[in-house]
Amino acid sequence: MKKLINEVVNVEEEMILGLVKSAPDKLRKLDCGTVVVRANKKEGKVALVSGGGSGHEPAHGGYVGEGMLDGAVAGAVFTSPTPDQIYEAIKAVATDKGVLCIVKNYTGDIMNFEMAIDMAKDEGIKADYVVVNDDVAVKDSLYTTGRRGVAGTVLVHKIAGALAEKGASLEEVKAVAEKVIANVRTMGMAITACTMPAAGKPGFELADNEMEIGIGIHGEPGTSREALKPANAIAEELLNKITDDIDFVGKEVAVIVNGMGGTPLMELYIVNNFVHDYLDKKGIKIYDTMVGNYMTSIEMAGFSITLLRLDDELKSLYNAKADTPALKR
Amino acid sequence: MIDILKAIAAKIDEEKDYLTELDNEIADGDHGVNMAKGFDAVVAKLDAMAGKDIGSILKTTGMTLVSTVGGSAGPLYGTAFMKAGAKLAGKNEMDGKDLVEAMEAAIGGIQMRGKATTGEKTMLDALCPAFDALKEGIEAGEDLKDALTKAVKAAEDGVEYTKTIKATKGRASYIGDRSIGHQDPGATSAFYMLETLLANI
Repeated sequence: MKKLINEVVNVEEEMILGLVKSAPDKLRKLDCGTVVVRANKKEGKVALVSGGGSGHEPAHGGYVGEGMLDGAVAGAVFTSPTPDQIYEAIKAVATDKGVLCIVKNYTGDIMNFEMAIDMAKDEGIKADYVVVNDDVAVKDSLYTTGRRGVAGTVLVHKIAGALAEKGASLEEVKAVAEKVIANVRTMGMAITACTMPAAGKPGFELADNEMEIGIGIHGEPGTSREALKPANAIAEELLNKITDDIDFVGKEVAVIVNGMGGTPLMELYIVNNFVHDYLDKKGIKIYDTMVGNYMTSIEMAGFSITLLRLDDELKSLYNAKADTPALKR
Repeated sequence: MIDILKAIAAKIDEEKDYLTELDNEIADGDHGVNMAKGFDAVVAKLDAMAGKDIGSILKTTGMTLVSTVGGSAGPLYGTAFMKAGAKLAGKNEMDGKDLVEAMEAAIGGIQMRGKATTGEKTMLDALCPAFDALKEGIEAGEDLKDALTKAVKAAEDGVEYTKTIKATKGRASYIGDRSIGHQDPGATSAFYMLETLLANI
C-alpha cells in the first residue's frame, strides 16, 4: 500500500482537522470526534445532518455550509458512524424547527442514524430522516436491503438544504428531499479497486483489460465484470440502465459526471461529452452539469453518472445560493 | 455477570478470525474484528462496574458496543444488551425467569432495530430458537442449566440452518442466492455468546 497518510489510526481525525482548517470561517469540528458543523450556527431553520463512512470525500463534511448541510458525521473508512457521534452532531445543530438526517441506504447507516434520532427525541429534539437509494445497479426488491445511496445524495443535500435555508418546516424539507430521491438515479463503474488504509490491500482485483460495472462506493463488487471498452460505450451502458429505470424523455435534468477519486478530469470530460450527445439524442434536456469528484471511493478509478429530473420547484432550489467547501452556487 | 462478559469477550477474541472469514464470504468481512474491538472496550470498563447491579452492567455493555463496534452488529448487539439490562435493572442475581424476560427483551430490540425476522439468515436464526427452548424449559420447571443447555443446542442448530437459506437482510442480501451454503457470522457470534453463558453459570 502506498498512501499519503501518517498513522492509519489517525486518517479520519487528521482528514477532518485538515478540512476544517481549509475553511475556518465556515466550519468547526466538534471535540467529541470526527463531526463537522457550520462555524456559525443558524437558528430558525431546519438543520440538516448527513454522514457515513469516511473515504467518500468531499462527502459529507465538504457539503457543510450555507444552503446545504448544518452538520456531517464521518465514521471510520467505509464504516457507519456510531449513534453517539451522530447524536452529538444532531444536538450541536438542532434548532426549534427540528433536524432532518440524510442517510444513504446501508443497513448499518440506517440503524445507527435511527438510534441517534431516538436518543435526540428522548432529549426533546424534533428529528426525522430520509433514506437515499439512487443506485440503479442494485435490484430493489423485497429480497435485498434495496438500492444503495450514492452520488445522488449530493443533490438531496443541495435541494433540501436550499429549502431549509429559506425557513421551511421539517415536514416541507423532508417532502422535498423525498421528491429528489424519487427523481434521481445513478450508476457507476470502476477500472481499478481502492485500498482501505486499515486493510492495506485492494478490496478486489481487476486485470488490465477488465472493468467492474455497477460498482458501489465501498469497493464492493458490482453487477458484472466485463472486458474494458471505450469510454463512450461504457457511458452508454450506464445511461441505458439509468434511463430504463424511470422516464426522463422530454424532461429537464441535472447531470453529475462524478469521479470515484482516482479518475483524471480529462476522462470525466470525455465521458461528459458523450453524456450530452446521448441525452440530446434521447430528447432529454440538460439544465445543468456538474463534473468532478463529488462522492468518491478513496482512490478508485472510475465514474458514475447521475440524472435528476427537475421541475420548477427543484430548479429554483437547485439554483439557490450554496457556499460550502465542495459546492458553491 | 462481569465474569460471564469477560468470558464472552475472550471467546469472541479467540474466534475473531473465523467470524471475519465467515463474513468475508458473504459480505464485507469485518464482523470478527469489529466485535472483538467492541468487547475489548467492554472489558476495559467492567472492573469499574464491580458491585453494580446486573441491569447497569448490561446497559453499559450495550452502550459500549453501540459506540465502538459500528456497522450493523454494533447497534444490534448494543440494543440487545441495553434492552436486557433494562429488564434486569436493580437485580444482583438472575434466575431462569429473569433470563427468559431479558432474552425476550433483547430479541425484541434486535427485531425492532433490524426490522428482521427468522429465516433471513441473521443472528435471529440462532437466538429465536434458543429463546423458545429456554422458555419452554423454564416454564416446565427445569432448572436454569438444563433449560439453557437445550437453548444452546437450539442455537447451534439455528447456525446450521443459516447455511441452507438465502440472506434477505443486510449486506449479504446483495449477493442473493450466492449466500446459500454459507454460515451466517451474526448467528455464529450469537451462538458463541449463549454457549459461553452456559459454561459460566
